[in-house]
Amino acid sequence: MPAPRQRSPLLPPGMPEFQLSAFQGPLDLLLQLIRANRVDIADIPISEITSQYLATLAQMEELNLAVAGEYLVMAATLLEIKSRMLLPRPAAIEGADETDPREELAERLREYERFQAVLEEMRMRESYLKTLGFRNPTDLEADYPIPPPSQPLPPLLLLRALQRILSEAGVSEKPLTTVVPRKRVSLRLKMAELLHRLEKAASEGVAFEELFIMPCSRYEIVITFLALLELLRLERVSAGQQEVYGQILIAAVPGGGEA
Amino acid sequence: MITNEAGQREKMKAGLECVLFVAGDPVSLYDLARAINSALPETEAALRDLQFSLAERGSGLQLIQIAEGWQLATRPEYGEVLGSWKMRGAGKLSRPALETLAIVAYRQPVTAPEIEMIRGVAAGGVLKTLQERNLIAEAGRKMAPGRPVLYVTTPDFLHYFALADLNDLPPLDEESALPVVPAALTADGAHLPEEVEKDGREE
Repeated sequence: MPAPRQRSPLLPPGMPEFQLSAFQGPLDLLLQLIRANRVDIADIPISEITSQYLATLAQMEELNLAVAGEYLVMAATLLEIKSRMLLPRPAAIEGADETDPREELAERLREYERFQAVLEEMRMRESYLKTLGFRNPTDLEADYPIPPPSQPLPPLLLLRALQRILSEAGVSEKPLTTVVPRKRVSLRLKMAELLHRLEKAASEGVAFEELFIMPCSRYEIVITFLALLELLRLERVSAGQQEVYGQILIAAVPGGGEA
Repeated sequence: MITNEAGQREKMKAGLECVLFVAGDPVSLYDLARAINSALPETEAALRDLQFSLAERGSGLQLIQIAEGWQLATRPEYGEVLGSWKMRGAGKLSRPALETLAIVAYRQPVTAPEIEMIRGVAAGGVLKTLQERNLIAEAGRKMAPGRPVLYVTTPDFLHYFALADLNDLPPLDEESALPVVPAALTADGAHLPEEVEKDGREE
């Protein structure tokens, strides 16, 4: 940011204090004028600042710099505030409207200044990062699979496994006529059977697919699955996977029954 | 037993180092924890350990918290070495771009008119440039007249300024931070006839 050295940089002969193209906009120009004049944003000498602002615009035009519309809008705002301050206020309005006509402009300037304050640190951070080097990510997705999900198996995977078994058993389509069989095995019985099998297999566990002895009916598959879920809930058995999409292994939890 | 535990810790650190090295990009704490199959607090402790060990042994690498994750980076002291080895893009953001980006960062989600109100100049071109550099992104539209596009910062923004997350931004002086009210030009003008009318009714 060009720092003006003179107290009032807008005396016509000594004008080249400002690099005119360096302004970021009307608020920036205004803020710099306010700083150069060392006045408070809350108490802007509006007449003085307005004439300095207009002189700067005039100089920009002299240098054939196109004065952007937004600068003119600000000039109009300044003149509007100035005229409002010059006009005597009717007594009736005095009480009702106590806001300083400069207040809105001051608030905009404060808001703008607020952001100016953090720019320096952001610049520093920007430069800091430019002194660092980073690796480009290595494209090894295929060679190095993402680590398997940690132990507790998501229910969705169990459901998918059930659907696979059901379709293998060819029971996905419903026959046109069907006989509703009597319940041959109760859930309780199936749980006991399952637990017995798993306990026999001990720590090795049994693959999910092997729990279903093919061919079997949809009922058989569902009751086995329900028994499995119930045993999982009771923490009598556990389900796990060695790798993503790997075999689901079911094992009895040692001592699960006593607890 | 103690040596075993220490060995375990070393293994965690080494594992994390592996993942971070291969990843290149910042990796979230969650993903790191999953990779080494540990709880989040333990993983974070191991990361701090690794950060410390790297510094202690004077490695050219450092472990930094950036863009909502952890990343291996070279140490700033060796920036020159890298610079002389390979030309690096030194392109810094222009002043308008930086100003606009700062406003988006602190006021997000924010619309172009809101940015223009603060900066006093048109924001369209700068916003487009920032979007092209992937420092900001569009995030829907504001339910306001004209349905203006809302802008937010991206993870690349956090990375560009070496920020761990948005809370890591330098604090903005917020005292008396009132929303900027659009030109109240008419406010006073409207008062006059109103008052006159009132007077008339009172009579």
